[in-house]
Amino acid sequence: MAWNRNQMAERAGQELRDGMYVNLGIGIPTLVSNYIPDGVDVTLQSENGMLGMGPFPTEENIDADLINAGKQTITELNRTSYFSSADSFAMIRGGKIAMAILGAMEVAENGDLANWMIPGKLVKGMGGAMDLVAGVGRVIVIMDHTNKKGETKLLKSCTLPLTGTGVVDEIITNLGVFEVVEGGLKVIEIADGVDMDEIRAKTEATLVE
Amino acid sequence: MQKTYNSAAEALDGVLLDGMLIAAGGFGLCGIPENLIEAILDAGTKNLTIASNNAGVDGFGLGMLLDSKQVKKMISSYVGENDEFMRQYLAGELELEFTPQGTLAERMRAGGAGIPGFYTKTGVGTVIAEGKEHKDFNGETYILEEGLVADLSIVKAWKGDAAGNLVYRKTSRNFNPNAATCGKVCVAEVEKIVPTGTLDPDLIHTPGIFVHRIFEGNHEKRIEQRTVREG
Repeated sequence: MAWNRNQMAERAGQELRDGMYVNLGIGIPTLVSNYIPDGVDVTLQSENGMLGMGPFPTEENIDADLINAGKQTITELNRTSYFSSADSFAMIRGGKIAMAILGAMEVAENGDLANWMIPGKLVKGMGGAMDLVAGVGRVIVIMDHTNKKGETKLLKSCTLPLTGTGVVDEIITNLGVFEVVEGGLKVIEIADGVDMDEIRAKTEATLVE
Repeated sequence: MQKTYNSAAEALDGVLLDGMLIAAGGFGLCGIPENLIEAILDAGTKNLTIASNNAGVDGFGLGMLLDSKQVKKMISSYVGENDEFMRQYLAGELELEFTPQGTLAERMRAGGAGIPGFYTKTGVGTVIAEGKEHKDFNGETYILEEGLVADLSIVKAWKGDAAGNLVYRKTSRNFNPNAATCGKVCVAEVEKIVPTGTLDPDLIHTPGIFVHRIFEGNHEKRIEQRTVREG
C-alpha cells in the first residue's frame, strides 16, 4: 500500500514552515494547500500575479478575473496582493519565495529536473517552472515513482529536455521521501506498506544509505 | 492628442501590418484583449509573430488567429491548453520560441524600459540557454536574454481614462502592464472608460504615457477551469 495523491500532498505539507512564502505547481502540488499543518501560517504565491491565494470559490463567488497559475478559479484573502508578471518573477528570481513544490516527468540523482516536454509528442512548455527552480530557496518534487508504463522516474540522468540542472532538493513519491545528497538519493522515509526491496527495484538512481 | 476610439477596429486602423511583432497581455484566458484579437482576425493581417504567455484555447483568444493561420511564430511559455497550437507546431507549420514565463515578462519589461538585454539564471543548462551568451557573477552562471520591443502591444484593463491611464483588476493584470510598455504603439481595451480625473492617481497601474489608443470593449471573460469548492 503505497501513498495516494492526498497522502503525498499531506507529507509535503510537513515540509512547510511558519512564515514561508510558497509556490505550488499544478496537479498534486495544488492539493498541498489542504494539508497546511495547524499553527503553520504560509502565504501561497501564484506566479500569474498574486500573493495570498485563498481556497476555490463557491459557485456564487466565481470571478473570471481571479485565477491561479493552473487557470482555476480561486478566491482572495484579506492579506492578498496582486501584481504584474514581471513583479511576480522578480519575487521568484530574486529569492523571496522560500519553497516551490512541483510535479515532474523525471528527476535525476544529481537533482536535474525534467517536466516540460516530450520531444515530438507532448509540447506543453515550461511555463514558470524554469524560473521557479532557478530562483526559489528549496525545490520539492511530488510525483509518482514510476510512469504509466511502470518505468522509474528516478534516474541516473534525465532523458527528457531539462527544466533545470541540480535544482531539486527533495522528492516525495508514492513510495517514500528522498533527499538529493552528494552521490545520489537518500531515503529519508518509506511509505506505509512499502519496503526497501520495492524501492530498489523501482529506482534507477543511486540510493545512498 | 485624442487617444479614445469607438471600437477595436477603429483603434487598430493604420497600425496593422503583415509580418509585424505583437506583444499581447493576458494569462490563459484571463485578462486577454479579446476585442482586439477579434479585430485582428477580421482584418486578416498575416505572418504575425505574437509574444504572449499562452495562445488562448482552441477557438478563443489567440487560438482564433492560429485557426485562421495568421500566425507565423509564437513567443510563449505554455501552450498546453491548445490542441491546434500543438498540431501546427508538431507539423512544422508554426514557429515557436519557447521562453520561460519570467524571462518573457522581463523581456517585455526590459524592452519597454530601454534595456536591450539582461542576465538571468533561468534556463541555464537547458535548451533555452543554447546559443546564448553565458556569464558568471559571484560564482553563478547566468545567460543573456534580450529585451523585447514590439511593433504593437495589445492589452486589456478594467478601467481607463482619456489620458490612457489604466487600472487592472485582480489576476487579470498579469502580463498586461509589461506588454503595454514594450510596444511602439500600445492599444488598450477596457471594460469602462471613466471621466478623466476620477481614477485615483496613486492607484494607476499603467500611466497613460505608455498607452496610445484606448477604447471600451465588450468582454465575454470566458473561464478556462471553472473550479469550485465542495459544500
